[in-house]
Amino acid sequence: MLTAEERPRSPYQTYHEWYSSQDPAHLIQKTRDAENIFRKTGITFAVYGHADSSEKLIPFDIIPRIIAAREWRKLAQGIEQRVLALNAFLEDIYHKQEIIKAGRIPRELIEKNVAFLPEMIGFRPPGGVYTHIVGTDIVRTGEDQFYVLEDNARTPSGVSYMLENRETMMQMFPELFALNKVQRVEDYPRLLRQSLASLAPAGCKGRPRVAVLTPGIYNSAYYEHSFLADQMGVELVEGSDLRVIDGKVKMRTTKGYEAIDVLYRRVDDDFLDPLTFRPDSALGIPGIMDVYRSGNITIANAPGTGICDDKAIYSYMPEIVEFYTGRKALLENVPTWRCSEASSLKYVLEHLEELVVKEVHGSGGYGMLVGPTASKKERSEFAEKLKSKPSNYIAQPTLALSTVPIFVNKGIAPRHVDLRPYVLVSDKVKIIPGGLTRVALKQGSLVVNSSQGGGTKDTWVLED
Amino acid sequence: MLGRTANGLYWMFRYIERAENIARLVDAGLRVSLTRVGYSDEDWHGVLESAGVREAYSEVHDTLTAANAIDYLLRDSANLSSVISCIEAGRNNARMVRTALTRETWEATNEAWIDLKARLSKKLKPADLPELIDVIKHRCGLIRGAFHGSMLRNDLYNFSRIGTFIERADNTSRILDVKYYVLLPSVSQVGSALDNMQWESILRSVSAHRSYGWVYDGDYQSANIADFLILQVQMPRSLAYCYEKIVSNLGYLAEDYGERLQAHETAGAIRKTLKQSAIAQIMDQGLHEFLEDFVNRNNQLSAEISNGYRFYQ
Repeated sequence: MLTAEERPRSPYQTYHEWYSSQDPAHLIQKTRDAENIFRKTGITFAVYGHADSSEKLIPFDIIPRIIAAREWRKLAQGIEQRVLALNAFLEDIYHKQEIIKAGRIPRELIEKNVAFLPEMIGFRPPGGVYTHIVGTDIVRTGEDQFYVLEDNARTPSGVSYMLENRETMMQMFPELFALNKVQRVEDYPRLLRQSLASLAPAGCKGRPRVAVLTPGIYNSAYYEHSFLADQMGVELVEGSDLRVIDGKVKMRTTKGYEAIDVLYRRVDDDFLDPLTFRPDSALGIPGIMDVYRSGNITIANAPGTGICDDKAIYSYMPEIVEFYTGRKALLENVPTWRCSEASSLKYVLEHLEELVVKEVHGSGGYGMLVGPTASKKERSEFAEKLKSKPSNYIAQPTLALSTVPIFVNKGIAPRHVDLRPYVLVSDKVKIIPGGLTRVALKQGSLVVNSSQGGGTKDTWVLED
Repeated sequence: MLGRTANGLYWMFRYIERAENIARLVDAGLRVSLTRVGYSDEDWHGVLESAGVREAYSEVHDTLTAANAIDYLLRDSANLSSVISCIEAGRNNARMVRTALTRETWEATNEAWIDLKARLSKKLKPADLPELIDVIKHRCGLIRGAFHGSMLRNDLYNFSRIGTFIERADNTSRILDVKYYVLLPSVSQVGSALDNMQWESILRSVSAHRSYGWVYDGDYQSANIADFLILQVQMPRSLAYCYEKIVSNLGYLAEDYGERLQAHETAGAIRKTLKQSAIAQIMDQGLHEFLEDFVNRNNQLSAEISNGYRFYQ
């Protein structure tokens, strides 16, 4: 919030004035109020492996993160470019594979990738869109220096927190929204529905029937699934509600079976269709892939998009963006060592104490090593894993991440954050001004994942 | 509406209703223990029986004590009909059908769960029981109030109501069946002190010891009590009232969907029996047999509703 001279950075000016006039005791009370709102509403998530506390709250910080319109425009351009490149990349790897032929990316990295689905080869999803919803994780190191930390093209989660955080802030501090011109995020569910409906199969007549597919109430993101279905005004379905009848996917209603045109699925590829993928999946719909391939349903995001979340693919993103857009990537990648390459592996093993090492297929902050804060024992154990399967890992330097203020009992304290803006793709790209800011609540920590003790805060993009 | 959603609403309201009824049963049991001369812990047999968990209880506990019985009924999560299990199951169903509930109804259910889970996680002290039972009834009342005040009167509402009344009818008929022998006319033309206490206990377990007085002028008579709980349509926990509601809610569904199912025939027939019977006739033909038959037909109706409206498949 403050510059080196202890003056508020310009987007924070109005907020800072307001904050300075507040009674700290009042703000402590507001923090508790916020927690009550979340608990009462049941805005919870599940942490796998904690049997005793199956539903947890994500800590919420009452100080908004504020981004100027000018900063946002720059970021949005970079994100749009990246998302278009991701879609073009997917189209290409499932069709002509020009990028492999051009020698820009190794063939085995694509074809041996577990997230690459041969079932998608030669198939064009309705509207040509693979990634309908994308979350791009961004970190910042300086005034105008943004890096992309990772791409989430499979099933980016957390958008319900973006919306509930805003709702909570507006309830608790209405006066702040009169003082600051904050761009709206509340249209997201409506835009999502429009975007999904616009990509209904070509043969769909009338108003497309949209549904959200959830694994069920024990899934860690169930709250979000029900929230989005509710906000969009569409059905929330489970695999057991659906059945393939007469070449269409239909849901069992109290009046009989009714067809679905667009399925926003929050179930992973592996579980989507037991006839095509994991035969033991009880979460999916037997035969849905056949319906999909014959063009009778839209699945969002398309199966096989998860390959973009792979961290080894990520390391090629500068090449990918340039290959498909003909321009240099506007947003930089964090420098990344691919441990599959011998020289990189050597470097990584020699510099473990300065690096963050991640599994290429990992997510949620599971299975990673944060070198600078890990113990010697943890590092040497991790080195063994690394040596036994190098291609499973990439490494990145720990960046001098910028901090934003959070509210603690003693006042304001700096913490590291990232930002996940949400992008909707149809015939156009729509980036919601804002996103989910995740905070590493522990002093000095760089890990923002909610499963690892991270919190969230509202994210404001100001109007000009 | 999804068949699974109808199922979720139906069971959500069955469980909430059951939680409240179990609390009433415990309340009535406590009352007996306070007022009955010669009371013994054995009196809790009847309460466990009415709750339908007497056998399950004896698998967990070797002896019957008041403390164990109360614990089992209120807070043992191994007992699927304990208050805590019912609240948990009701809330899980509510979570599943959350998109079908108004914010008020969901929040009342979620807060009931948060509050009761905290209260019932601790060992119970006898002195805290009256307050605890009040809180359970209060929480269930809040859910009902939020539901009535905010839900659209459509098929969601109908399935919720049907769940409530199928469960209530089941509970009331079980309470009566466990105590049917104290209502038999041969035993008690004139009520002894013991009979009066037993009768009052029955009325208390359906929260009707005061309303009974308004309808029958305060006079405890076994036939009147049976009449009140079985045939009196003004009494909101009577079998007759439950079936008025079930039939009318099923009727709305038939109108809405343009289709009558087997469930409509069954519900109509049960209602007709209740409407056309006189209590003397039921007593003559055997109260126990009547109630047993009723419980079976009520279960059959529940299964027909599940099938007819595709709850599971």
